[in-house]
Amino acid sequence: MCRVASEGIPARLTALLSARGADLGVSWADSVTASLGGRITRAEVERELDEIYTALVAALGRGSLDARGEAFGEVRALLTELSRNRARQGFSPVETAVGVFALKEVLEPSLSGADGDVEAYLRFAGLLDALGLFTMEVYSRTREDLISAQAEQLLELSTPVVKLWDGVIGVPLVGTLDSARTMVVMEKMLQALVDSESEQAIIDITGVPAVDTEVAQHLLKTVVAARMMGAECTISGIRPQIAQTIVALGIDFGDIVTKATLADALQHALRRSGVVLTRTAPVAGS
Amino acid sequence: MVNATLRGPEVLGIRAVAGVVRARQLVRAFAQECRLSLVEQTKFVTAASELARNTLVHGGGGSMTAAMVEERGRRGVQLVFADQGPGIADVDLALTDGWSSGGGMGLGLPGSRRLVDDFSLDTAAGHGTTVSITKWAR
Ligand SMILES: Nc1ncnc2c1ncn2[C@@H]1O[C@H](COP(=O)(O)OP(=O)(O)OP(=O)(O)O)[C@@H](O)[C@H]1O
Ligand SMILES: [Mg+2]
Repeated sequence: MCRVASEGIPARLTALLSARGADLGVSWADSVTASLGGRITRAEVERELDEIYTALVAALGRGSLDARGEAFGEVRALLTELSRNRARQGFSPVETAVGVFALKEVLEPSLSGADGDVEAYLRFAGLLDALGLFTMEVYSRTREDLISAQAEQLLELSTPVVKLWDGVIGVPLVGTLDSARTMVVMEKMLQALVDSESEQAIIDITGVPAVDTEVAQHLLKTVVAARMMGAECTISGIRPQIAQTIVALGIDFGDIVTKATLADALQHALRRSGVVLTRTAPVAGS
Repeated sequence: MVNATLRGPEVLGIRAVAGVVRARQLVRAFAQECRLSLVEQTKFVTAASELARNTLVHGGGGSMTAAMVEERGRRGVQLVFADQGPGIADVDLALTDGWSSGGGMGLGLPGSRRLVDDFSLDTAAGHGTTVSITKWAR
């Protein structure tokens, strides 16, 4: 490794970035604004890039080229903020990292030409690559945090257990049914069966987008638990596409009664609990 | 076999349950863009859900690669699930309805094969598992 030369590189880059600061900044902001398709204003982009630019020059001024090193702490903090904002605003990872990679393109003409400082350019490109990857990393971590936060919110979104009739409760399920949510649903349903002294429960899956083996297993467990308490479950809201998928998967719901609609299931549950519904002539005027 | 790639490939890491959820969402988006019917979409998303969960649970995590492809004038969505896990020693057994090494229903692998148009499984004990599936628009 050529220590002397590489030690000089941060200084050479600092000189170049400071000397050409204004017009580099303009081309950088141009390139980033264009790639974001107007979803962030030019002024906003300039403000973000200006801060990053200043921090970058300061870090180089401390003689470092190590993106993960201490000197670049401020740069990383700014990039973290930028990535988090972009992730929350729904920008793609590429649109996020372009902020960093664009600077490379902007600098390329002045560094990589015949009389350019190729060595400095290559080291600078390497540094920006590392910072770009860092940006992507923060971006994906933010997205993952957002997703798990949403998952928790969904879980907290109380699963309502409603009384449909004397002795009949209904549990409308919406969204995906994972292990954590099943636990919540099951507990609520069993408690409601006890509290309302019901012997019939209808689990409606109209709002469940797909029933795979995991969801099916959870449904089956819930039904078995209800049976142990002397209650019967009917599963309703099985749409045609779900029915076909369940059959192709090979899932067998055994002797559990399934119905296409909640109305059918209610009729079935009432019949089982001995309620007879009869239709009479509509009463005029009431 | 495939003449052209119309969208993607998009790679998604499957390292936690959130990855399985995202895999389903991404596959749904691809299936809609490819204009699969609602039944075909549901079947395909369900197959993807099974394979993504196998990648996570049995394969110890891995990735899904999704692409919209074209072959002889028809469009389709192709998914590749890959992990570096323990692999499957007995493929015939794993593809048997009801066989599970854990407490599962043992329907994920054989069931997803029935839910798609093309299915290929590449695995060996100690060498990870790759499952590729395709659904063609009609
Ligand atoms: N990616 C994988 N890596 C290693 N083993 C696997 C993988 N995928 C499946 N297997 C093995 O094949 C078996 C059958 O898989 P399958 O998905 O059919 O059933 P399961 O996952 O056990 O239960 P479920 O019905 O809930 O999916 C698994 O139990 C597991 O032993
Ligand atoms: Mg499985």
